Amino acid sequence: MKKRIFSALLISALAVSALTACGGSSSAKKSGQTLTVLNYGKYIDESVVKQFEKETGITVKYEEYESPEEMYTKYKAGSINYDVICSSEYMVERLINEGEVLEEDYDAMDNYKNLDPTILDMSASYDKNHTYSVPYFYGTLGLLYNKTTIDAKTVSSWNCLWDPTYEDEIIMENSVRDTFAPALISKGYSLNDTDENHLREALDILKKQKDDKIVYAYYVDETADAMIGEEASIALCYSGEAALAMAENDNLDYSVPKEGSNLWIDSWFIPKSCTNQTNALKFLNFLCKDDIAEKNFEYVQYASPITSVVENQDADVKNNEAINPSSDTIKRCEIYKALSDDDSAKYTKLWQELLSY
Amino acid sequence: MLKKCASRIYMVLIFAFLYLPIIVLIALSFNDSRSKVKWGGFTLRWYTGCFQDEKIMTAFVTTLQVTFLSAIISTLIGTLAALGIAAMKKRHQTIYLGATNIPLLNADIVTGISMMLLFVKFIDLGFVTVLLAHITFSIPYVILNVLPKMKQTNRSTYEAALDLGATPLYAFYKVTWPEIRPGVFSGFMMAVTMSLDDFSITYFTKGAGVNTLSTMLYTELRKGIKPELYALSTILFFAVLLILLAGNVYPGKKRVAAK
Amino acid sequence: MRKFKQQFLAGPYLIWIIGFILLPLIMILYYAFTNGDGSFTLSYITAIADETNRKAMGLSLRLGIICTIVCLVLSYPLAMILNNMKIKNQGLVVFIFMLPMWMNFMLRILAWKLLLSKNGVINSILTGFGLSRINIINTPTAVVLGMVYDFLPFMLLPIYNSMTRIRKDWIEAARDLGAGNVTIFLKIILPLTVSGIISGIVMVFVPSLTSFAISQVLGGGHVLLIGNVIEQDFMQGMQWNAGSGLSFVLMIFVIASMTIVNIFDKEGEGTSIC
Repeated sequence: MKKRIFSALLISALAVSALTACGGSSSAKKSGQTLTVLNYGKYIDESVVKQFEKETGITVKYEEYESPEEMYTKYKAGSINYDVICSSEYMVERLINEGEVLEEDYDAMDNYKNLDPTILDMSASYDKNHTYSVPYFYGTLGLLYNKTTIDAKTVSSWNCLWDPTYEDEIIMENSVRDTFAPALISKGYSLNDTDENHLREALDILKKQKDDKIVYAYYVDETADAMIGEEASIALCYSGEAALAMAENDNLDYSVPKEGSNLWIDSWFIPKSCTNQTNALKFLNFLCKDDIAEKNFEYVQYASPITSVVENQDADVKNNEAINPSSDTIKRCEIYKALSDDDSAKYTKLWQELLSY
Repeated sequence: MLKKCASRIYMVLIFAFLYLPIIVLIALSFNDSRSKVKWGGFTLRWYTGCFQDEKIMTAFVTTLQVTFLSAIISTLIGTLAALGIAAMKKRHQTIYLGATNIPLLNADIVTGISMMLLFVKFIDLGFVTVLLAHITFSIPYVILNVLPKMKQTNRSTYEAALDLGATPLYAFYKVTWPEIRPGVFSGFMMAVTMSLDDFSITYFTKGAGVNTLSTMLYTELRKGIKPELYALSTILFFAVLLILLAGNVYPGKKRVAAK
Repeated sequence: MRKFKQQFLAGPYLIWIIGFILLPLIMILYYAFTNGDGSFTLSYITAIADETNRKAMGLSLRLGIICTIVCLVLSYPLAMILNNMKIKNQGLVVFIFMLPMWMNFMLRILAWKLLLSKNGVINSILTGFGLSRINIINTPTAVVLGMVYDFLPFMLLPIYNSMTRIRKDWIEAARDLGAGNVTIFLKIILPLTVSGIISGIVMVFVPSLTSFAISQVLGGGHVLLIGNVIEQDFMQGMQWNAGSGLSFVLMIFVIASMTIVNIFDKEGEGTSIC
C-alpha cells in the first residue's frame, strides 16, 4: 500500500513540474504573434532566430527539412500553414509556376539594397523580376575529399565516384537530383536532362556504383560529420558543408570537377499559405541585415549574396573555393531547372529503384 | 558447476550487450573532445551545453507536457470506458474490445499515418494533434489494466451500497474505486511509458516547431551527432533509474500481461 | 435504469473510437482504394508487386524474421537462467535487464551508431588489439543489431513471466518419476512457455517489420524497408494514395502474421497483447 501512495506522490510531483513547465512556456509567448518558418537543416544560426523573436515579439515556429522534395511535400500537404520558406531554385521555380508563391515588393524592404546585384542577376533564371524570392545563400555541388588518401587530380573529375578501388569510401547525397547530377554529367548529359533513356543510363552507373560497394552511405546533413570523423575518403556535397568540415579537419579539401557541376541558389519565398505577410517580410528584411547575414554566414559557411559579408572576409576565406565559388567555377556550372510533375514522378521512381537496389 | 558457470557467462554477455552502448554514451558525455574515440580529458561542458540548448530543452518540456496530459486524459477516458464496458452485455463488450485492440495491434506507422490523414482534413497539425494521437494509443493500455480489476469487483457490494441509500458516486468511491485503483495506476504508468517512448506516431502527427525528444533526436541524428546528446542520454538514463528504483516499479507480471 | 447509466460511462470512449480509431482507418482505406480523382482503383494495392516495393517488403520480412529469431534465441536461455536463480532479489536482476528499455528509443539507436561507425568505438578497440575492423554500419546487419537491441526486452519479459508461472513441484514430480532434463524441458517447460514465446514473437516481429527510423539512422540510405518506402511516399513523394495502399498491405501482413502465430497458440491466451 505504501508503495502505491509513494508512486502516486511521485506522479503528482511530475505532473506539477509538467504543468509549471506548461505555464512557463506559454507566458513566454505573450505577443501571440507567430511566424512559421520552413528551412533546410543546419541552415540558420539559432541565435538569429532568438534575436528576431526578441526584437519583434513574434514567436518563430521553426521547422527543418532535408531535401527539396521533402519541403514540397510538407508544403503541399497543407497541414501546416507556413509563412515563409527557404528552398532551392528549382523547387522555388516549380512552386512559382504552380502559382503557389506570393508576389511581393521586395525592393521596398529596407535591407534589400544589401544584396549583391550579380547574384540577383543569377536568380533571374527562375525569378525574372525578383518579385517572388530573396536569395539567401548560394554555392556549388562538388567533392569533399581527404587529402591524405586522395590526390587533387583524382577529384578533378567525377569519374572517381565510379572507381571500384574506393570501396566503401564514398558518400553520396541522399537527395534525388544531387545524386543523379554527377551520373548525368559523367555520361555527357546536362544535369537538367529529363530524357527517360538518359536518366536510365545515369541510373545504371549509380546502380553499378552501389553494386561495386563503393557507396559508404547516402547522407545529407550528416556528411560533414562523417568526413570530419574520416569515415570516408570522398563525399559528394555542397560547398558550405565542405567548408564547415574543412574548418574542423585540416586533411579535408573541396573540388568542383572539371566537367562542370551544379550551381544552386537557395532563396526565401512567401507561399500562398502565409497568414501574416507583414511578419514574413519583417523576417526576410531581418535576414538581409548586414550583421545578421554575417552571423548566418559564420554559422553555415555558404556564399552569401549580401555584399558586405563578402567584403569583410579575409582573403583566404574570400578565395576559398568551398565558400565563394570563383567566376571560373560558376562559368562551368549549371543551375537546376524546375521539373514538371511527370518528370518529377519519373525521378522519384528511379530514385526509389536505386535505393531499393 | 559447469552449468552454473556457463549460465553466469551467458548472463554477463547479454548484460554487456545491453549496457555497453549506454556505458559508452555515459563515458563520452564527460569527454572533452568531439571525437568519438579519443579521450580529451574530463569535462562537464556538454551538460551545461545540454541545459542551454534551447532545442533540447523545448523538446524536453513538450515531451513532459504531451506525456502527462495524454496520460491523465487517457486514464480518465479509459477508466470511465472500463466501467462502462464492464456493465455491458457480452456482445457489446466484444465490439468495444475489438476496437480497443486496433491501435494495439496495428503497426505504429499505420496508426500515425491514418491519424495524419484525418487531422490534415480538419485541423492544422501541431501540439494538439500530437496530444490527440497520444491519448488515442494510450487509452487501450488503461482499459486493459482496469477492466480485469473491474471484473474482480463484486457487483452486489456496490448494489448493496446503493440500496442502503448511497448515491452512485459515493458508492463508487467507497466500493469500486479501492478495488480498481491499482489497475488505474498501472494503466496510467503504462500510458506514460508508451507516450515517452513513442516516435513514429508523433513523427507523422506533429506540426511545425513541435518536437518531442524522440522526433527532435531523429532530426538531430540525421545531421550528425552532437556531444550534448550524450549528456542528455546520461541524464535521462539516471533519471529513469532513480524514478524506477524509488517507485520500486519492478516490471512484474502486470506489465507484460498488458503489453 | 442504473445499468443503463453505467454503460453510459463508455460514451466518451465511443466517440473517441469513432473519431480517432475508425475514421482514420477509413481515411487510409479511402486513399488506398481511390486514385487522385477519387475513382476506385486497385492499382495502389497491387503496387506491392512492383520491383521496388516487393524488394523492400521482402527485406523487411527477412530482417523482421531474423530479428525475431535472434531475440528469441537470446532471451529464452536468459529467461531460464533468471528464473532458476536462487537469490532473494530476483526482481532486481530482472529489472536490470529491463532498464535499457526505458531509455529513449532514439538514444538507444544513437548509441549503436557510435559503436558501429567506421571509426567508431568497436573498430578502434579492434584496431587497438591489432585486429581487422568490422564494417557493418550502413548494412542490414547493423539495422538488425539495432532492432534486436531495441526489441529484446519485449521478448524477454513475456517469456520470463510465463516461466515464473511454472510451479517448481511439477518439475520435481517429473524428476521423481524419472524424467531427464531434456524430457522435463520438452514436456513441461517448453509447452508451458509457448504462450510467452508467442506474445514475445508478436511484440518483436510487428515493430521490426514496420520500423523505418532504425533503418534510416543505421542503414545510411542503403537499407530500404517497407516502412521507409511508406514514409517517403508521405513525407517526400507527395504520394498519399500510394503510401496508403502500402500501409493497407502492411496492415494485412501484420494481421496475417498474427493469425499464423495464433494457430500455434493453442491456449489462446498468449497473443493477448491485451
